[in-house]
Amino acid sequence: MSDVLDKPAGSPALKIVGSRPIRPDGADKVTGRAAFGADFNMPGQLVGRVLRSPHAHARIVSIDTRKARALPGVKAVITGADFPDVASEMHDGGESASNLRDLAMNVMARTKALYNGHAVAAVAAVSAAVAEAALALIEVTYEVLPHVIDVEAAMAPDAPVLHPHMFTEGLDAKPTTPSNIAKRNRLGRGDPDQAFAEADVVFEGRYTTQAVHQGYIEPHACVASWAEDGQCEVWSSSQGQFMVRTYCAKVLGLETSSIRVTPAEIGGGFGGKTTVYLEPLALALSRQSGHPVKMVMTRDEVFRATGPTSGAVILVKFGARSDGTIIAADVELKCQAGAFAGSPVGAASMTALACYDIANFSITGWDVVTNSPKVAAYRAPGAPIAAFGVESALDDLAHKLEMDPIALREKNAVRDGVKAAYGPKFTNIGFLETLAAIRDSDHYSAPLGRNQGRGVAAGFWFNVGGESTAAVHVGEDGSVAVVTGSPDIGGSRASMAMMAAETLEIPLDRVRPRIADTASIGFSMLTGGSRTTFATGMAVVQAAEKVVADLKRRAALIWEVAEDQVDWAGGAAHCLDPGKDVGPLTLGDIAAKAATTGGPITAQVSLNAQGAGPGFGVHVCDVEVDPETGHVTVLRYTAAQDVGKAIHPAYVEGQVQGGVAQGVGWALNEEYIFDGEGRMENAGFLDYRVPVASDLPMIDAILVEVANPRHPFGAKGVGEVPIVPPLAAVANAVRGAIGVRMTDLPLSPPKIRAVLDARDG
Amino acid sequence: MSQLQYLAPSTIDDAVLALAASGARALSGGTDLLVQLRAGRMAPGAIVDLKRIEGISGIRQEGGAFIIGAATSGAVIGEHAALCRAWPGVVEAVNLIGSTQVQGRATMAGNLCNASPAADSVPALIAARAVCIIAGPGGRREAPVEDIVTAPGRTSLAQGEFIVAFRLPPRPARSSDAYLRLIPRTEMDIAVAGAGVSLTLDAEGRVSEAYVALGAVAPTALLVADAGAALVGGRLDEDSLSRLDAAARAACRPISDKRGTIEYRTKIAGVLARRAAQAAYQRASDQA
Repeated sequence: MSDVLDKPAGSPALKIVGSRPIRPDGADKVTGRAAFGADFNMPGQLVGRVLRSPHAHARIVSIDTRKARALPGVKAVITGADFPDVASEMHDGGESASNLRDLAMNVMARTKALYNGHAVAAVAAVSAAVAEAALALIEVTYEVLPHVIDVEAAMAPDAPVLHPHMFTEGLDAKPTTPSNIAKRNRLGRGDPDQAFAEADVVFEGRYTTQAVHQGYIEPHACVASWAEDGQCEVWSSSQGQFMVRTYCAKVLGLETSSIRVTPAEIGGGFGGKTTVYLEPLALALSRQSGHPVKMVMTRDEVFRATGPTSGAVILVKFGARSDGTIIAADVELKCQAGAFAGSPVGAASMTALACYDIANFSITGWDVVTNSPKVAAYRAPGAPIAAFGVESALDDLAHKLEMDPIALREKNAVRDGVKAAYGPKFTNIGFLETLAAIRDSDHYSAPLGRNQGRGVAAGFWFNVGGESTAAVHVGEDGSVAVVTGSPDIGGSRASMAMMAAETLEIPLDRVRPRIADTASIGFSMLTGGSRTTFATGMAVVQAAEKVVADLKRRAALIWEVAEDQVDWAGGAAHCLDPGKDVGPLTLGDIAAKAATTGGPITAQVSLNAQGAGPGFGVHVCDVEVDPETGHVTVLRYTAAQDVGKAIHPAYVEGQVQGGVAQGVGWALNEEYIFDGEGRMENAGFLDYRVPVASDLPMIDAILVEVANPRHPFGAKGVGEVPIVPPLAAVANAVRGAIGVRMTDLPLSPPKIRAVLDARDG
Repeated sequence: MSQLQYLAPSTIDDAVLALAASGARALSGGTDLLVQLRAGRMAPGAIVDLKRIEGISGIRQEGGAFIIGAATSGAVIGEHAALCRAWPGVVEAVNLIGSTQVQGRATMAGNLCNASPAADSVPALIAARAVCIIAGPGGRREAPVEDIVTAPGRTSLAQGEFIVAFRLPPRPARSSDAYLRLIPRTEMDIAVAGAGVSLTLDAEGRVSEAYVALGAVAPTALLVADAGAALVGGRLDEDSLSRLDAAARAACRPISDKRGTIEYRTKIAGVLARRAAQAAYQRASDQA
């Protein structure tokens, strides 16, 4: 840090951080040159395909693979029997924790298929056609069991039980019978019962959401090679090459050092690529066949077998004084986990009331397994679900109190020094500033027309730090490579290069950001939790500072002066010793003489970053409802967010816009639809309706910058907050337009038309 | 494993011969066929690409009628100024199919012969009283568009038969048409319900002739005579519009599925019929 502080007084303000240069990966992406997961090929590779359960819940009585193995061109056939038993053990991946035994059983079913799409066998063959034919020859005998998908139905005492060993954790006493309720968690403060009794106004609501998919455009894809000496290579698209390495090692019983994972360019993740599905299968198929194996999911497989986020039921009760002070709150969340425990109900509970300073509250969360794909992280996991209930209820409370919805939120907003509902004391937060940004926006006071409504909602996300490594290598020509272990899912290459260039005080085009394989850079947690620009960025800045210190040392050596007689400014060393008549030495000058001053100029920093600043967003949305069709048009959308410091404002705005787009889809049309047998009916982008470009107006982003003092440039995580408010912002706007509260997402046209028919009697 | 043969005949006779073989499927734009093939929903022995047949693409006028070659893409149809003036409803229906990229390939013949109840161009073509010119082993024949689809995924075309062209009839003065559909999104979607209306006004602005066709509310697109009759003689006053709405709803025999319920589809068919009638009426009036 001293190198930055040592700058001469009156040093110029930031030159690169805060500007909007073209991203380093931009040209490859717009020309189609970028190599995504499915673009990698190896000589002699086979095609791997997965046989998936047609049933939502079934015991696997037997699997006969003999006919498939006998088919010419088939080189490997694997089932659950080809994988070792994995002990129950939690592994924290950065965005969410996974039980490794569950992960292993999700990758390949053992004794039971727990959802339609659960992998039960896999083959590797010389062509896709042979592999498909082989799948058809695998004979699986199932004993079909009753299934349950709805979260409350799964909690019922008579529900079919997925895991006979599952006894609800977190109850006052251990239950005597197994159930689908994996866990109950509770948070609380004060005496809510007493406070509700004292409240002037009480409002209560019940809200429901459906499972929604992350909807990344790039399906999961990998190539894996298991060599004769037991050394493994994996090329795959994921949010963390080290995560892939760890999970493959655990599922297959390998040492991490025997696996090298090279990250491909990633075509969207949104949390959904924070786990593995194909990689362990491809490795097992490669081991059996002796060839590299390539696997690429179809869209159908992505929907049926990879993580959506939970469908949920949210119960919210607020008690307030007539001046709008909320004195009591009760929130209950029931979240689908899918086939294995681990819904985001914990984060949902912790975020539910994080925006508000409430003296008495109780929050209860239920993690419930269901016969649907195991949920995976999805952008601020759990928070949008909780916010849908809480922010819808707040909107109705504001109506009841005849208060402006922003005024009600301002009255109860958390500020510095307040102890958050989930524990820590807030510092350097910008929630009030973000509320004010919307309150004072043109949008908030613009007139509305007929059948139009306006909705406001707030949202919170923790943002995390965690373990990251970065290396800065100076080439002999003075150009710089910045190497990290963090896949770029949201423009982080640009921010890494910008922070390095700012620190080194050199032009951005002299810095090239790279993302390395697991053998070429130190460990880094996956890209998730909005941690990369904060934590990996911190490592980049510290590595660049080490390089600057080294450059000054080398300049001192060349000039034969004391190190404290060297200043670094404008990308060059300047001699402060008045006795020396020397000009500045640029980075290139020093790099050219590196051999004579100690060898290559390079620095690596590994750290566990602490002090990520929490993020707050406030959104305002205008809609128009067609009273005859129930179709909702989003007319205008403005999202304000405290981002700490926007390293690259355009990409921060892009994060905000992307989060809003996904949230609007969640609110209006996206949902998993299952038939009576528990099979997903809309496993494709035609009937699983993510918004298309024409469904959305330009989304205006207002960046509020309340700096995070723990980051060198003040950055806070930005990628997750923007998906938290939209569900309620849209629902509140619809309420404004039609005068009726809709509590069940998605707000699809048939549901709205039915409500309008009921309203108009 | 089965082998898939690809044939691209250059004459109608060769195409008829190729399509007469069992397991042969006609390929036009391929925007449905190739998707279904990849999804494993069909396994034809041969694909007969009709686009190489001379004269099968393009639009020409013949004594006031428009002859639209079966392989003419949506993009070409959308850029034909005279066709857009005469049949804006047919053109807007065709142009609703898929994305801009799909429009470069998709054809009306493919949209019709895919035999989906929700095909967008079909209600518009039926309301327009369009006729199919069909080639087959027995020579040429003609059939109104509403006679082609017999059930979801099934057509009345015999083995070896295929559509060569569509004919849209000559247009009297003060005539126009419109097509509307309801989708949950704004594009790239499949109709929950659709309505095509074609009408002609007399000199006083009264509807002298009207045809109403509905999509996605029955196993096949419907020509609803009562709905057309409700408009004739009036100027789209509230009374005739409510009779149109009621007649449209009465004709519906939809299913409930992931895209919509029986109740919703039925209500929307009435709403869309009214709105399409108003759009067509406005267009016809603007010509006067």
